[in-house]
Amino acid sequence: MAEAAQTNQGPLTTIVDDWSSDVTTFKAVPWGKAMMWIFLLSDTFIFTSFLVSYMAVRMTQTDAWPYPSEVFSLEAFGTPVPLLLIAIMTFILITSSGTMAMAVNMGYRKRKVAVFWLMFATAMLGLSFVGMQAFEWTKLIGDEGVKAWQNPMGAPQFGSFFFMITGFHGLHVSAGVVYLLLVAIRVLRGKYDNTSFEIVEITGLYWHFVDLVWVFIFAFFYLW
Amino acid sequence: MAEVGQQHPIKVYFIVWGLLFVFSIASYMVDFYEFKEHLRWFLIVVFMMLKAGFIVAVFMHMKWERPTLITAILVPPLVLLVLMYLLAFEADYAWASRIVYFGGEVEPIPLSPPSHAAVPH
Repeated sequence: MAEAAQTNQGPLTTIVDDWSSDVTTFKAVPWGKAMMWIFLLSDTFIFTSFLVSYMAVRMTQTDAWPYPSEVFSLEAFGTPVPLLLIAIMTFILITSSGTMAMAVNMGYRKRKVAVFWLMFATAMLGLSFVGMQAFEWTKLIGDEGVKAWQNPMGAPQFGSFFFMITGFHGLHVSAGVVYLLLVAIRVLRGKYDNTSFEIVEITGLYWHFVDLVWVFIFAFFYLW
Repeated sequence: MAEVGQQHPIKVYFIVWGLLFVFSIASYMVDFYEFKEHLRWFLIVVFMMLKAGFIVAVFMHMKWERPTLITAILVPPLVLLVLMYLLAFEADYAWASRIVYFGGEVEPIPLSPPSHAAVPH
């Protein structure tokens, strides 16, 4: 790498050397990427606080907690399939993570058109995710009567946490779609031709993080 | 600074992509075949951690970053485990107090006045 100091020393020595070097700490890391990582760290704290408070409420409330497997089941071919829509949404997000990883890879090969189409595909998959979430919300609010303050199936906190957590995640997906499209168009227009394509990687970090958060929501809210 | 980029063979991405699908299907199967209690929770957490690990390590390139960045980003969230522990530790006590003082299951306490909430569908 660019750093001469990176010889055969152990990771601990590297960490101490980097922090005490009196210059840039994150060596060979573009500042934009370091900032994105720090933003994602703060976002991790927000989402984890949501999930931990959800845990605390679910463990302490005395009403029945609805069984998500049944609440979020969908009718397919005449039989209710548990969590069908959620499973599809999960696969869509994973697929979009894959296309994003490909976009980053193509970015470092300076293949602009490929980057544009892969990022565009990622954004479209993200958009379909938000669309399915809107459908899910509509179904839950309209058919099941779950609101942020009430839940006919038991604990009203189920509604509060469902709308807060999935809503905050959906907001991240929506913002990510805008972000992806903006960067994709700029790449195609040649804005980064003379510099580096690291912006694609930074955008990718954000998008993978959105997928990462969904992994935890899927596990703790829908499967638990 | 020309070589700061994260360029790796495409094959790695395809392998991880495939693995993410496998783990997602597996965690969905946990629900579909109605595993219960501890086995269910254990499997859910295992598949979740595997997915999260592969996303962070390969898709987000953490595996190839310098240890300084890796520790700066991945160590701070561990304090959240303390928060989780504290709230889980108190949970039984809070739940029992609610049963004792509010009679929980006998008479559920509404979170808000139900007047404006009871819109028929």
